[in-house]
Amino acid sequence: MQGLDDTLGQILTAHRKDPRRLVQILRAAQSEAGWISPEIAAFLADELCMPISRIHAVVQFYAFLYDRPVGRYRVLFSDNIIDRMLGSVALRQHMQRRMKVGRGAVSADGLVSIDTTSCTGMGDQGPALMINNRQIVRLTTRRIDEICDLMRDGAPLEDWPSHYFTISDRIRRAESLLGTSYVPGKALAQAIELGPQGVLDDLRRSNLRGRGGAGFTTAMKWELCAEAEAETRYIICNADEGEPGTFKDRVLLNSFAERIFEGMAIGGYAIGARHGVIYLRGEYDYLRAPLEMKLAAMRQRGLLGTNVLGVPGFDFDIEIQMGAGAYICGEETALIESLEGKPGRPRIRPPFPVTRGYNDMPSVVNNVETLCKVVEVMRIGGRAYALLGTKQSTGSKLISVSGDVARPGVYEYPFGVRIQTVLDDCGATDVAAVQISGAGGMTLAPHEFGRRIAFEDVPTSGAFMVFNRSRDMFEVARNFMHFFAHESCGFCTPCRVGCALSASIMDKIAAGLGAQYELNELTRLGAVMRTSSHCGLGQTAGNAVADTLQKFRPDYERRLMAGDFAPAFDLDAALERARQVTSREDAQAHLEGVA
Amino acid sequence: MSIRNSFTIDGERVDFEPGQSILQAALAAGVFIPHLCFHPEFSAHGSCKLCTVVVNGRNGSACTIAAMPGQEVRSDTPELNQRRRMLLQMLFVEGNHFCPGCEKSGNCKLQAMAYELEMFNDHFQHFFPDRGPVDASHPEVMLDRNRCIQCELCVRASRDIDGKEVFSLAGRGPASHLVVNAASGLLGDTPFAATDKAAEVCPVGAIMVKRVGFTAPIGRRKYDGASIRDQIEHPAPAQEG
Amino acid sequence: MQAPTLDRSPDTAETTRKLRVATASLSGCFGCHMSLLDIDARITELVKLVEFDRSPITDIKTCGPCDIGLVEGAVANSENVHVLRELRANCQILIALGACAVNGGLPAQRNHLDVGEMLEDVYRDIDEGLPCVPDDPELPLLLDRVRPVNEVVRVDYFIPGCPPSGDTLWKYLTDLIGGRMPRLDYDLFRYD
Repeated sequence: MQGLDDTLGQILTAHRKDPRRLVQILRAAQSEAGWISPEIAAFLADELCMPISRIHAVVQFYAFLYDRPVGRYRVLFSDNIIDRMLGSVALRQHMQRRMKVGRGAVSADGLVSIDTTSCTGMGDQGPALMINNRQIVRLTTRRIDEICDLMRDGAPLEDWPSHYFTISDRIRRAESLLGTSYVPGKALAQAIELGPQGVLDDLRRSNLRGRGGAGFTTAMKWELCAEAEAETRYIICNADEGEPGTFKDRVLLNSFAERIFEGMAIGGYAIGARHGVIYLRGEYDYLRAPLEMKLAAMRQRGLLGTNVLGVPGFDFDIEIQMGAGAYICGEETALIESLEGKPGRPRIRPPFPVTRGYNDMPSVVNNVETLCKVVEVMRIGGRAYALLGTKQSTGSKLISVSGDVARPGVYEYPFGVRIQTVLDDCGATDVAAVQISGAGGMTLAPHEFGRRIAFEDVPTSGAFMVFNRSRDMFEVARNFMHFFAHESCGFCTPCRVGCALSASIMDKIAAGLGAQYELNELTRLGAVMRTSSHCGLGQTAGNAVADTLQKFRPDYERRLMAGDFAPAFDLDAALERARQVTSREDAQAHLEGVA
Repeated sequence: MSIRNSFTIDGERVDFEPGQSILQAALAAGVFIPHLCFHPEFSAHGSCKLCTVVVNGRNGSACTIAAMPGQEVRSDTPELNQRRRMLLQMLFVEGNHFCPGCEKSGNCKLQAMAYELEMFNDHFQHFFPDRGPVDASHPEVMLDRNRCIQCELCVRASRDIDGKEVFSLAGRGPASHLVVNAASGLLGDTPFAATDKAAEVCPVGAIMVKRVGFTAPIGRRKYDGASIRDQIEHPAPAQEG
Repeated sequence: MQAPTLDRSPDTAETTRKLRVATASLSGCFGCHMSLLDIDARITELVKLVEFDRSPITDIKTCGPCDIGLVEGAVANSENVHVLRELRANCQILIALGACAVNGGLPAQRNHLDVGEMLEDVYRDIDEGLPCVPDDPELPLLLDRVRPVNEVVRVDYFIPGCPPSGDTLWKYLTDLIGGRMPRLDYDLFRYD
């Protein structure tokens, strides 16, 4: 324990013993010890002068923090519907059989634990898994076998074939963002020439809107933050790309990181912020070291640090903080809670982050893509920028295309592109449905493929999941409902209970035990969740079920039973335990399924 | 009070003090809006969602929306009450709310709200949660997590008034549950006292002072005679202008 | 959730027919049936309107076609399932009567325990300390979890209370028999 105490001491020192760094401290402690044992929790509570209950609250909130031992190899299969369509369930079961371990369990020798996790952002090259914070893509049975052998041999991950961990960008179509060259510092120099107010003015002329999905005008967000009275302000980059089926931010973080940093620096200059924070989702841990190196290079070039670009008093730097497996932290106030070392539960709004955000100071939270677009606006000017796209949705949009397509990957289009155009370009045939903007987005049927991607028609955070006619849209909706039940933060009643109830009703229908009654129940629950939930997660959690119920009803109806009601559970199986202890197998010891 | 500082709830005029939420103003004016996680002595939480109203056509929690001049609020409508009934049913099936065996029965706000909203049954499939055995380690107070509705009133009271921070809400989604500040996880190993504010604010039977249950006979308990609607607890005067 | 309503239209010849009512107690304490007797002298009015089919009151053991079924108690074992299904199959309207039927009540308080371990603990040979759980085929087997009746069959109406008082039952049933949507005044609406 002495050695561990020393290590924990170093971690605490590195984080200045700051309780607001609790998520970061716990991540670091866990990477040393494997899990947060009661001893570690007690030690940290003591050192950080906080109740141990707060440590428990955080550890038990985040999926990637563990309060019980996990395997030395911690395998998590990405469980988005796209991974499932690519065969992830069979691959996981194959690995479980080979390693002799159940789902969610640890093998008897403590070597390996296998479980599922929400979409890891590899929809263009799945099926995917995470192993001890590293990502492995393009899984096949053969690769699973190789992984099993490596784990059995106890080989350290550093010694595994490096191509396992190779993640490609797969840029399929480029426009103004992905297709133009970039000279570091040029946009920032332009911003300095314009002056802070000039930057805001130009941004307003561009009508740039946030790329996270909600589409709030970036200029207005920055102005509100700049106007708020405060000593300190923050620019926060939301790199918690958790929306199932989205991966365009992964590509930007991998190959366009300097533009993100520069966009943040421009923001810092315009609103008078000195600190930037990138909140990087835990799944993208492998991007952290390269990002740190690029940040260091930016500092060397004088694009970050003190007196940036030689402007006296313009100090701006960026740090990276990691998420730990919680989709809800993509919601900006939950993200801020997480940055402050707390469970990621969305705050009451107002106050909005622009007036009271990180550390209670005015904060701008922008999506990764939005920040890259800021660089573009500075480069070509707001007026020229506004010429691309539609009037209400200017510029281009990155789309993460996955599913039943010949060429999955990232596609950049001017706003206003028709769904059918994207489908034609990515080689999708016989398409039954497109799921836009993730699990809580819209499910579009073929008669809607003439619609346009734009804030005023089909808004999107970037996900574009394609399903052909062989797919079962009921199973798609069921997968999404389970995703929300798993990711609901639990704060408000309608989402916490409503998602769980909806998921179990979907399971009941899947088991052939549903009737019209259950379909009505789903609609009723969806309405309460949409109208009463605290944040966007709960408000949109029922969308896919509602959309598929309306547009793909036969996929539900063919599962319905003939009668009007059946129990959600198997009555005969409910007698099994009593049969065991009585050793009975007579006819009276059984119950038929339906009366 | 000028016209400027008033709004309407279901067509009825309600005056407010600047800084009040719709719920605070409504309660002060004697207009009942169902609620559970709100308590006049604490800042709003906005989690139970029972007080969801429609303000100028938009849904929102009356406890977290600031009262503004001219707002048109709808609250006591069949649709909103049906929604509230469903939220109550969600809370009932999620926990273990067995009224006949609970010392809080008759004095329980969850039960009182359910009476008020005429909730005849729990409707949904029960979760039958097992959030651990009753914690009876404390000499004066017991903690039954299966009765907890996650309103965090005890969390707020212990942190903000008692200055002890005995409670936290841990976990996520339906697995959310109350934890206490002790390495053992036991209430008896915390500085909690029966005289703490946190012991008194629990709206349900999750935190119960021992040896005082069933003291009032049926018929003389808080909500036996009159509905919670008719027993509005008036908020303390607004703390700042 | 449209509950069926009894056809009381004055045009039909059957208007004067007495309603047939079945009652049953599953895993309960018979307290709700006691409340039924607690309507006291009003029972003479009730029998003008209804006649009892299967019920502990009549001691009839099997259920014929009925207008109303009243079920007390939770579903805790295989016999409860059979009785409940029989009532559901024969009754036009099925009413969950009392806390146990409505939400599992007291019997459901065992739901966080493993039913096998529980049986082995309860039925333990005093001398040898070994479990000896009765295995007679006549005995109904316990379900792993106790369920309210509406988790096993479709239920049309619910009367909460432990037990609902005689007055509550009288009000609820006379409303229903009279063709009105049952309502309970505040003092009749209780969960305990």
